Amino acid sequence: MSDPKIEGLQLKPGFRGMADDTGSDQTMFKGVHWGKAMMWIFLLSDTFVFSCFLISYMKGRGSTLVDWPYPSEVFALHVGGVSVPLLLIAIMTFVLITSSGTMALAVKYGYEKNRKMCGWLVLATALGGLTFVGMQAFEWSKLIEEGVRPWENPFGAAQFGSFFFMITGFHGTHVSIGVIFLFIYAYKVFAGHYENGGKRGWFTTMKGDYVEIEILGLYWHFVDLVWVFIFAFFYLW
Amino acid sequence: MVKAEKKEQSASTHKIGIYMWIWGLLFVLSFFSYMVDWYNFQGMLRWSLILFFMFLKAGLIMAFFMHLFWERYALVNVLLWPMTAIACFIFLMVAEFEYTLFSRAFYFVVGGGA
Repeated sequence: MSDPKIEGLQLKPGFRGMADDTGSDQTMFKGVHWGKAMMWIFLLSDTFVFSCFLISYMKGRGSTLVDWPYPSEVFALHVGGVSVPLLLIAIMTFVLITSSGTMALAVKYGYEKNRKMCGWLVLATALGGLTFVGMQAFEWSKLIEEGVRPWENPFGAAQFGSFFFMITGFHGTHVSIGVIFLFIYAYKVFAGHYENGGKRGWFTTMKGDYVEIEILGLYWHFVDLVWVFIFAFFYLW
Repeated sequence: MVKAEKKEQSASTHKIGIYMWIWGLLFVLSFFSYMVDWYNFQGMLRWSLILFFMFLKAGLIMAFFMHLFWERYALVNVLLWPMTAIACFIFLMVAEFEYTLFSRAFYFVVGGGA
């Protein structure tokens, strides 16, 4: 959330404001913390990486003459003798959305300088992410046991495995990195690194600020965002 | 944005209600997209529903959880316009896979021998 009152002047909203910001011969993203702008630009580049994966998946799936494995059955889970389609994936989706919600609230409480609430919510987000990674590990080992490999699988087109492991693996890596940082930042919040003007951070002389929680939140929501697309294109399509 | 004037801090905060609403909506939309598979919709209905729920969810996350709705247009436009390049890439690759599929079908069935 950028502050319109930055630098002692009231910035104009909308496209007029954009024209003023870009043509001001000054900093372009006015009122936006530099770290936040950098995180956004990183996320933009990451968007391109994931887009390339999903587009190559589209190309691979669209150009094969062999039938594509039916995801509804491949990812089904047997509960009490009944096959429930996509059950694990649905639970993973809900876990990730839950953690996204706790992260959004953590950002809000951070800006309100509510240290305890912010810390607990960041910790809850980390635990949600950990649950997600755990379930993904279960999903992978189940599929590997069933004979799914990057070069072959018993269900249909051979390309299925390579796209599956590549795309969900890359997403899972993002979640894992996010979980590590969430634990670190939960500690930092609880330890009061953002209180009373902020403590000096690592590898920097700059003081900590709760804006760091929003930057971390941007990354975490992005991980959720990517999952929305993977869920739609890989599991539902 | 108006609320920011009350605070010394650089960032404004929003009412908890808006986050709860978006959170709830994301759950409902995820449930609906799961139902698309559950009821085994097929064809155009399936694809349009999947895309509809997907874009709605992505939009809600970006607009409210990632605060883009409240950001300045200078940042929003820098982030969103590059997406048109992705759209172009998708368009190109659809043409590409159709051609690959055609040539595979042709040579596998008809044969490529002289």
